[in-house]
Amino acid sequence: MTSGDFKTSYKADMAIFQTIWIKLWMAVLVVFMIFFPFWAGPYLTYVVNLAAIATIGALGLNILTGFTGQISLGHGAFIAIGAYSTAILTADAGFPFWLALPVAALITATSGLIVGIPSLRLKGLYLVMSTLAFSFIVQYVIIKWESLTRGSTGMGVPSPRFFGHAIDNDRAFYFLIMPIVVMAMLFARNLIRTKVGRAWVAIRDRDISAEVMGVNLSRYKVTSFFISSFYAGLAGGLYAYYITDISPEHFPITLSIDYLAMIIIGGMGSILGSVFGAMFVTMLPEGIRIAADIFGTSYPVLVDRFFEVKVMAFGLAIILFLIFEPTGIYGRWVKTKIYYKSWPFTY
Amino acid sequence: MFSDQLHFLAQLVVSGITVGSVYSLIALGFVLIYKATDVLNLAIGELMMLGAYFCFTLITTYKIPYIPAFLITLVFSAILGILLERVVLRPMIGEPILAIVMITIGLGTVFRSIIGMIWGPLNYVFPGPFSEEPLMLGTIAVSHVHLWAMIMAITVMIVFLAFFKFTTMGIGMRATADDSDVAFLMGISVKKVVAVSWLIATVVSSIAGIFLANINLLNLNLYFIGLKALPAAVMGGLDSIAGAMIGGVLIGVLENLAGGYLDHLFGGGVKEVAAFIILLLIMMIRPYGLFGTKEIERV
Repeated sequence: MTSGDFKTSYKADMAIFQTIWIKLWMAVLVVFMIFFPFWAGPYLTYVVNLAAIATIGALGLNILTGFTGQISLGHGAFIAIGAYSTAILTADAGFPFWLALPVAALITATSGLIVGIPSLRLKGLYLVMSTLAFSFIVQYVIIKWESLTRGSTGMGVPSPRFFGHAIDNDRAFYFLIMPIVVMAMLFARNLIRTKVGRAWVAIRDRDISAEVMGVNLSRYKVTSFFISSFYAGLAGGLYAYYITDISPEHFPITLSIDYLAMIIIGGMGSILGSVFGAMFVTMLPEGIRIAADIFGTSYPVLVDRFFEVKVMAFGLAIILFLIFEPTGIYGRWVKTKIYYKSWPFTY
Repeated sequence: MFSDQLHFLAQLVVSGITVGSVYSLIALGFVLIYKATDVLNLAIGELMMLGAYFCFTLITTYKIPYIPAFLITLVFSAILGILLERVVLRPMIGEPILAIVMITIGLGTVFRSIIGMIWGPLNYVFPGPFSEEPLMLGTIAVSHVHLWAMIMAITVMIVFLAFFKFTTMGIGMRATADDSDVAFLMGISVKKVVAVSWLIATVVSSIAGIFLANINLLNLNLYFIGLKALPAAVMGGLDSIAGAMIGGVLIGVLENLAGGYLDHLFGGGVKEVAAFIILLLIMMIRPYGLFGTKEIERV
């Protein structure tokens, strides 16, 4: 009689969903997710869609920053490149969405290579600076290259069509986005279990040691940039389809900070953490909006200065998480699980 | 014709040097904190803005004359600097780079929202004591504000160079920057050194903020100029004080030249990104900046 979670074969040890309980909960989750948009109203579906798109972007940044340890303040720029590539391919070149989306993601991934290769010599804060500089330059190009991007007026993106049906409402988008999110998560989860993933973690933990052990630094860093920006391109493309009208204002410099906040709040180097973080950061402003609706009469500052309150809550969330829970929501989740598992014994 | 072009060039260079000296001042704030604590303080733009708004309120609402208001602002930012170090930054000692960078970004975000709440999104004209008449150096016009900003920047830098060279505290700070463990063993209070670096950095950035508000308008976009001083600091090498000064002036001149000569080719706004393009180019060639020390790492 075994008590506890023991594995008797390599196959069981390598499975993604390891215990019967995890499989059961996964099944429950899938059923819940299928019925969710019918039960929730359009507003809730809208928020969840945005969070799902952000999850893809956060997964990408987590691969680069959380697993490979390359800090990037340029993720927002990749999202913008993905969104604009999708928009241009769909609106101007007439690509169908199932072709435009992957092609746009590939374009973004290639731009990731363009940033990644020169950045091989840069480390730590100097990499932060070069990626920040890159995002300023991308923003400038988007505003100034008017013949391609329509400049600051922005451009419209036609809704994707699937077997003759236009995907143009929140519920239809939900069923377009969710499978992509699930695939993105599974791909990332599997990737970090492979040789590539282990090489990334080795680079993150100590790049010199990794190199001595035979990890080809340039190759794996560039791969990380490539895959990370591929995810960013997917997220950007979906975002462009979803909001149907993109302009440079949708991709401010602070977008990169939003994504960094997601992986910090969610949990660095964790797939589930990316989901938690994306949900938290996307839903925080909506939560404050609800609070403003409820308490607006007694605390008018919530309504009058809604934007500032939102920004402040975001900043405070970053600071408080970094000081009090550096492992993020994922760390808290693991601690809670362990607490219940070992209850009533504390150790 | 030739003299016209030369005149245009000289004008661009001179105004570049004056604006660049303010960048040097901000870059000094980055470098000081980085040297003493290995923290890249991305909240410096917001600290600048806070100083400028504080001084502005003292002058307009409380009718305090310019110079006393200026001095009160410096005291206020000194207290703020110590407080920040004690409350927010000290718990972060030993955390990874990303956490420290993000906490300063978070701080900046909070400050920006506080400033927005108190002063709102309006443009203010800073009531400076400088006359509007430009000063003529030969045929080149320099405004009084720019000239004073440059004098102030040079003065501050000379004071700090002397401080680092001749005072016990300054030498202690250099020792800490070099190796904080050894400095600690030699009896230097590293905590005090860190607190003093934050104090100096916030004071310096307040000075820069007030002068920038005098040069430009006072509004919520002022922090962006703090970000533009970042290339200056990185270009000179994050751990080199002389590099910060040279980098600031260099960025000021180069972005002015880029704005003057390339704007009509790219449809304007080149000045805003020139600093970042220069930064990228320099980092391709020298990944540790022009005067930065290359770290030798051992496993």
